[in-house]
Amino acid sequence: MRRRDFLKHTASAAVLPSIIDGFSVKAFSTSPMLAALQGAATDNDHVLVMIQLTGGNDGLNMVIPLDIYDKYQAARSNIAIQQGKVLPLANNIKTGIHPAMTGIQQLYEDGKVCILQSVGYPSPDYSHFRATDIWLSGSGAKDILNTGWGGRYLGFEYPNFPEGFPNADAPDPLAIQIGSLVSPVFQGTAASMGIAITSATDFYDLLENPPIDPVPNTHWGDELTYIRLIAKQSDKYTDSIKLAASKVTQQSPYPANNDLAAQLKIVARLVAGGLKTRMYMVSTGGFDTHASQTEAGDTSKGYHAELLGKVSAAIKAFMDDLTKLKVSKRVVGMTFSEFGRRTKSNGSMGTDHGAAAPMIVFGDYVLQGVLGNSPNIPDAASVGDNIPMQYDFRSVYASILEQWFCVKESDLKTILLDDYQRLPIVSGIACGLITSTDDVNQNAGINYITNYPNPFADKTYLKYKTKGGHTMIQIFDTTGRLIQVPVNKIHTPGDYTITFDGEDLPNGVYYARFQNGTIQQVRTMLKVR
Amino acid sequence: MDRRQFLTLSPTRHKTAKAPMGRTDSGIAPFTGAFETAQAVHLLKRALFGASPADLSWAKGLGSMDQAVDALLTPLATMPSPPVNNYGDDATGIAPGATWVNAPAYVRMEDDPLGQNRQRSYKAWWTGVMLNQTRSIHEKMVLFWHNHFVTETQTVTDLRYVYKYNTTLRQYALGNFKALTKAITKDPAMLIYLNGNLNGKTAADENYARELHELFTIGKGPDSHYTEDDVRASARVLTGYRVDENTITSHFDSTQHDFANKQFSDFYGAKTVTGKTGPAGETELDDLLNIIFSQPECAKFIVRKLYRFFIYYKIDDAVEQNVIAPLADIFRTNNYEILPVLSALFKSEHFYDPLNMSCLIKSPIDFCIGLCREFSVVFPPASDYMNAYEAWDYIRDFAGKMLQNIGDPPLVAGWAPYYQEPMFHEMWINTDTLPKRNMLSDYLVQGQGAPHNLKIDVLAFADQLSDPGNPVTLVKDSLDLLYRVDVSDSLRSFMKNSILLSGQSPNSDYYWTDAWQAYKGNPGDVATRTVVESRLKAMYKFIMDLSEYQLS
Repeated sequence: MRRRDFLKHTASAAVLPSIIDGFSVKAFSTSPMLAALQGAATDNDHVLVMIQLTGGNDGLNMVIPLDIYDKYQAARSNIAIQQGKVLPLANNIKTGIHPAMTGIQQLYEDGKVCILQSVGYPSPDYSHFRATDIWLSGSGAKDILNTGWGGRYLGFEYPNFPEGFPNADAPDPLAIQIGSLVSPVFQGTAASMGIAITSATDFYDLLENPPIDPVPNTHWGDELTYIRLIAKQSDKYTDSIKLAASKVTQQSPYPANNDLAAQLKIVARLVAGGLKTRMYMVSTGGFDTHASQTEAGDTSKGYHAELLGKVSAAIKAFMDDLTKLKVSKRVVGMTFSEFGRRTKSNGSMGTDHGAAAPMIVFGDYVLQGVLGNSPNIPDAASVGDNIPMQYDFRSVYASILEQWFCVKESDLKTILLDDYQRLPIVSGIACGLITSTDDVNQNAGINYITNYPNPFADKTYLKYKTKGGHTMIQIFDTTGRLIQVPVNKIHTPGDYTITFDGEDLPNGVYYARFQNGTIQQVRTMLKVR
Repeated sequence: MDRRQFLTLSPTRHKTAKAPMGRTDSGIAPFTGAFETAQAVHLLKRALFGASPADLSWAKGLGSMDQAVDALLTPLATMPSPPVNNYGDDATGIAPGATWVNAPAYVRMEDDPLGQNRQRSYKAWWTGVMLNQTRSIHEKMVLFWHNHFVTETQTVTDLRYVYKYNTTLRQYALGNFKALTKAITKDPAMLIYLNGNLNGKTAADENYARELHELFTIGKGPDSHYTEDDVRASARVLTGYRVDENTITSHFDSTQHDFANKQFSDFYGAKTVTGKTGPAGETELDDLLNIIFSQPECAKFIVRKLYRFFIYYKIDDAVEQNVIAPLADIFRTNNYEILPVLSALFKSEHFYDPLNMSCLIKSPIDFCIGLCREFSVVFPPASDYMNAYEAWDYIRDFAGKMLQNIGDPPLVAGWAPYYQEPMFHEMWINTDTLPKRNMLSDYLVQGQGAPHNLKIDVLAFADQLSDPGNPVTLVKDSLDLLYRVDVSDSLRSFMKNSILLSGQSPNSDYYWTDAWQAYKGNPGDVATRTVVESRLKAMYKFIMDLSEYQLS
């Protein structure tokens, strides 16, 4: 990481005007800021840990909307979490989390968790395979990319990889997958940028030099043993991994029978051991809960509860371990899933494939908060209703790249292939950026976007208020399909009105999503006969 | 049927040596077991470069193991067209696209670009011939003989001779070994390579004579007892052969020939080659070869080389007694015809003994060309010779970097993995070459990194399997063809669940089936194609990255 660039940011911070791109400058005195920066500068090799929840996590039961609890309960009465059991979040009355996630609740209270509501993308795909590919490649619904967003970021930082790697500046793997297969998220244009450390047991095998998997005492057994030996020796990163791991002789306890915890324990050990690897991917599955996701008698318990409990306990143990190992400042983690699930539950006490869902981002430098409003739930939910997106998942990637990996704004487009709204997820201290103090959430009473008439039969007027700069309005249907983008350009500050012609559209609910700077708001519109 | 039953089935079991535990004592009695996928793949991978799904269907469709072996041991009916000028400027006036193999002689300059150009042209051409092989062991035998009767292009330098040498190997590859030895002795490239063309009566040059005994016919095993005098005598027999650069042939110049008698040692029955003057002096070569080939060690030496090339490097007492000796008998009985030996070997219990299978480390050529053939990698057509030669040369160069540069073995003894104790073929695999193997397979399966759009069409490959929509069957069929060893259920499950199903529930095989059928129903749609293609790429990359893929 280029420390010189990082310090350049900080020097100019003192002389910037008070409003830039809709961000307001936090008034901070120079000395604590610089002191913090000094501390960060000496060892600021930042790490991102991506936690993939495979199967499509039911985000609506993970992050529960307390401010519209009645609508939530009505939409999925057979699996809705009991209001009294929802875990409250510090400094927040609108949102709570699943009862099994006491670890996340504690971390939130410690100021280390940011929850983003309704993260998705236009015209979402409901197929596991395609949706997974979209999230990992950072593509749009219609684009087929052969690279992963992580791979493109690492390729941007290390353009010659793998030629001349490892070297003195980059002695360690650029990315590590805990698992036997390197995730497509790390695929670069020329090569995969990551290596795989096989499951937990093999990792410990790697460290402790045990006998190789037993093969029979035959000719082919002998030859296979030989080739495997050479394969292990050829892995040029084996030594650096072993070296890093050897420096950590003790770790805090992790929950047993928890595959995610086992993976995160390895990550903690490697980070604490000084490995300069920037990105880690871990994963846990089983989230495709089409049926029986809760217990009939007690919806706070059951299969989904166990899954979430494991995720929460694993993350908490991981953070505690990192803290005790004194490397917690180096790490930001995030959970994601290929899609959320349907607003309305089905008759099997489960939920079917859905669209937008919340993401949990955690770390010492993460800004405490719930970004966005509670998910948009109709009064009478029907089987076709899906949660409309409030944030594009690529905005989350862009924000992390800029705020945590200190990628310059002008370079974000190279990696993410388009410009995306940045959100205040990580403290500006991490990269010496200006941090917004705007409440990006919609305060009660401020309507950034409305429409009239509503309901409408053919035309409706969209009225919106922008603070200036890039302003966008997207129109989605209830499947999340992007119907139109009636507004998408730079504005001067002010109020505007445009006409939206829905004459040819089928009757039903439509969402008008307004975006301006870090602000977004989703307006529900109803087209009738 | 278990292995013990299978081994006791053979009726003619006599004079067999007992092998230690985990080792085999099977011999050359005919294999009578079932000829199924495992046996067919084994046979194909040894006889050909790699085994494609189509090769497997063909082999099993022939009806029996005997018919499959007979088909594979059929010599080529027509020889491949010769290499052409793919390099442009040619000092001898050969036009681009025309063959240079009969070009006029030319005066070589320093930093001879024509020599280097033709060297690359020859090597690319030969690689192309192997890539396009028909279902015959012929091409593997050409490679075998090249490693036996070695010449190096960088020593011979005039590639017209090298091409001719290649045709000599090809002509006799499945023919008569004694005739091959005679032809090679007089081959212009060999005469240049081992100084035969300078060998004259004034002071005989022993280079070829020595190698004739040491490397080409008798070897240096414990039963080899030829003497230095035998070498000197042979050198005198071989005096007088000269190369004509205009006709690209050799001839016998009796004025350069030492026509005194040549006496051989007891090892050779104390025989004498009577010296002859004039053109008859050339027949002393026949006399010499008769003497050498009367020595029983000759047949054994060649059989051992065939064994190490096609079966395994370890020749213990059991193998020596149960396989080498009887095959050597067959070789001699058939007057050194090669086919009867190969036929007996490839039809034997020993060949199909599970203890003898799966243990050959693929040589670089076997690996690179086999990979391209198994996956039907598409190359530019031969008619587009500039691009075709470049693409073939890319593969040849990769194999060269893996230590097998065809046309130029490191020494006259051939490639070390075929003879160097104690590691033999393990020498192909080291911390430099193994990653290179992974790199080639990665480039091709990812469809990125190799020129001329060389890539593996994973969809076309999977489509040839019995039921690609069923992920369990897809994994099984792929492994049955690509691996020679069994893998654990947990690895198979991993491939299905973590790769094909992307970590979804293991009970959701239908996700893969649906995705495959969606692609088949609409193959032009990029999105549906990419969903299955990306997962297949990941699976085949995973399969080829594991050590198991290096075994043949």
